[in-house]
Amino acid sequence: MADTIRVVVAKVGLDGHDRGAKIIARALRDAGMEVIYTGLHQTPEQVVEATIQEDADAIGVSILSGAHMTLLPRIIDLLKENDAEDILVFCGGTIPKQDIPKLKEAGVGEVFTPGTPTRKAVEYLQGQLVS
Amino acid sequence: MDTKKTAKDRWEEAYAGRGERDAEFSTMSGVPIKALYGPEDVEGDYDEKIGYPGQYPYTRGVYPNMYRGRLWTVRQFAGYGSAAETNERFRYLIEHGQNGLSVAFDMPTLMGLDSDSPLSLGEVGTEGVAIDSLEDMEKLFEGIDMGAISTSMTINAPAHVLLAMYVAAAEKQGVSPEKLAGTNQNDILKEYIAQKEWIFPPEPSMQVFKDMLVYATEHMPRWNTVSISGYHIREAGSTAAQELAFTLSDGFAYVEAGIEAGLDVDDFAPRLSFFFNSHIDFFEEIAKFRAARRIWATVMKEKYGARDEKSLLMRFHTQTAGVSLTAQEPYNNVARTAFEALAAILGGTQSLHTNSFDEALALPTEEAVRIAVRTQQIAALETGVTNTIDPLGGSYFVEALTDELEKQAYDYFRQIDEMGGVVRAIENGFQMHEIAEASARYQREIENGTRKIVNVNIYEPKDESDVETHRIDPAVSEGQLNRLKDLKERRDNERVEECLEAVKRACREGENTMYPTIEAVRAYATVGEICSAMQEVYGTYRETPVI
Repeated sequence: MADTIRVVVAKVGLDGHDRGAKIIARALRDAGMEVIYTGLHQTPEQVVEATIQEDADAIGVSILSGAHMTLLPRIIDLLKENDAEDILVFCGGTIPKQDIPKLKEAGVGEVFTPGTPTRKAVEYLQGQLVS
Repeated sequence: MDTKKTAKDRWEEAYAGRGERDAEFSTMSGVPIKALYGPEDVEGDYDEKIGYPGQYPYTRGVYPNMYRGRLWTVRQFAGYGSAAETNERFRYLIEHGQNGLSVAFDMPTLMGLDSDSPLSLGEVGTEGVAIDSLEDMEKLFEGIDMGAISTSMTINAPAHVLLAMYVAAAEKQGVSPEKLAGTNQNDILKEYIAQKEWIFPPEPSMQVFKDMLVYATEHMPRWNTVSISGYHIREAGSTAAQELAFTLSDGFAYVEAGIEAGLDVDDFAPRLSFFFNSHIDFFEEIAKFRAARRIWATVMKEKYGARDEKSLLMRFHTQTAGVSLTAQEPYNNVARTAFEALAAILGGTQSLHTNSFDEALALPTEEAVRIAVRTQQIAALETGVTNTIDPLGGSYFVEALTDELEKQAYDYFRQIDEMGGVVRAIENGFQMHEIAEASARYQREIENGTRKIVNVNIYEPKDESDVETHRIDPAVSEGQLNRLKDLKERRDNERVEECLEAVKRACREGENTMYPTIEAVRAYATVGEICSAMQEVYGTYRETPVI
C-alpha cells in the first residue's frame, strides 16, 4: 500500500445534504489523506468506477435520505464484482441504530451518525489502513 | 479618590476585577458579544428603526396585534409512501378539522425523475409521496374538495409540473384555478446554493420561475408562487448572517424577475413569503428575524418602489434546526428544539414546525411528532411569552445584535451586486464557498472544544440510548413502479409525444411554459418526461463541488 491514504468521499442517491460529506472530506484532507469528492447525485456504479479508477483505499459514503439499506449493499456487491472487496467502505448520515449491525454484516466497516467528531473517522481510517 | 466616576465606570472596574471564565463569548456565527449592553449600543431613532408592530419598518412584527390577536400556526410538515396512503392521511386530517394540507414529495419527484429512473433506486416513496403523473395527483386528492382546502407543496425544480398537475386535478373536480389556494416552495435559487435539488441551469430556471409567476398572477389569485427559503442555506452550514443575506438577496432576485416579466411589483409582492431556520443561538436568531423584517420592508419600499403596504410585510414560516439535533442521547433534542422554537416565537414567526427528537436517526415516529407539537403548545399557552408583543424589543443587546446582522447582510448584498447579481454569484460559486468556509470553521470549533455541544464534545454519553425509529414499507416502491408501467401502456402515447414537443417549442421560443406543461400533464405525461424534454432545450445543471 502507498504511504498516503486515498479516500473517495461519495454522495450516493438523490439527497443534496452535502454539509457532512464536505466536512469529512476536509477533515481527512487536513489529516494528510488524499481525498476525491464525487459531488452529488451519484449512482453506486459511478462511485465504484471512480474508486477503482482513482486506486483509492476507502470509500466514505454519506447518505441522509434513508436509502442506505439499498445503496450501501449495492456498492459492496459492485466492489466484489470488480474484485475490489479489499477497498474499505464506511458511511455516515441519518442511520437508525438498528440498521448499523445489518450494514456491518453486509460489509460496511464503520457507521458514523450525526454529531460524531471527525477525528473518529480519521482515527478509524488510520487504524484500518496504516500497517 | 476620583469622584467623577460614573456608575458605568464603577461597573467596568468591578467587572475587570472579577475576571471571566474560560469560554468563547461570541454567537455561533462568530459575532463577538460584550459582557453588557447599554443605551450607547443602540443607534438611531426609535420610531424610524424600531417603531411599532404593524408599522414600517416592521422590526417589532408585521401585525399590530401579533400573538395577542392570533397565535402562530402549528404547521408540521409530513408525508411518505404512495399517493393513496397520503390521501388517507389527508382525509383523516380534514375530518379532524385541519383545512391546510402540506405535501412532502419523495426524492425522485423533487429531482424531476420518475420512479423507474435508475437514480431513483431505494428512494421511491421513502421521504415523501411519489408522484409520477396526473393519475397520482388525482389519487392524492381523491374525495377532497380542492376548492375548499389550502395546500402547501414543498417542491422546487419541477414545481411548474406539480403546479400544472394540481391545476389539472382540480379541473377534473370542476374547480377552476382561481379558486385554488396554497403555496409551492419553488425557490430554485437556494437549490443551487444549498439544497442541491436542481434540474436546469440557473438562467432557464429563472425563466420557468417567471412563467409560473405570470401564470399565477393572472389565473391564481390565491396561490403563493414562492416561499423564499433560508432554512436549507442554514442547514448546509451557513452563519445566521449568511442565511439572512442569501435568503433576502434571493427574494430580491425574484422581485426583479417579476418586474422584468412585466408585472407591477404590488401585483405579486404581497404573495411572497419566507421560510427561515431557527438555530440554537437564542438571541442571534431573534435578531435575525427582526433584521429580516426591517431589511425587506426598507428595500421593497426604497429600491423597488412598492406602494401597497402588503408588499412590505415579511411574513415567514420557521422550522427548528435539524442540523442541531444529535444522534447521541436523542431525548436531549426535545430541549434543543424547545429553545429554538422559543427564539422563533420571540422573533415573531407566522407559523412554526418543531422537529422531532429522533430526526437525527430517521423520519419521526408519531410519538416523537406529538412531543414536538406539544412543545409549541406549552410555549404558546403556559410560558406567558405571548402576553405582550415583541417582548425583547428595546433590549439594548437584542437591538444592537439586530443592527449588526442587518449590517452584515447589507455587506453581502453589496458583494453580490458587485458580482452582477445572485445568478452570477451562484455561477461563481460565491454563496457555496462562503457557506463551506463557515461550516468548516464551526466544525473546527467543535472539534477543538471552543464550541461546546452536550454529548458531542462534552459530557459524552457512556451508553447510547435506544429509541424506536420509523420504518418505511419497501412494498411502496414496487407498487408505484407497477402503476407507472401500466400507465405508460394505457395512455395515448402519440398525444404524449405531441405535448412534449409543444413543451420544447415553448422553451425554445421563450413562450410561457406553463400552458404546454398543463396540456402535457392532462395527457398523462410524467414528471420525468416533461423535465427531460425541457432539459433537451435548457440543458442540465452541473455543480463544481466546493469542499
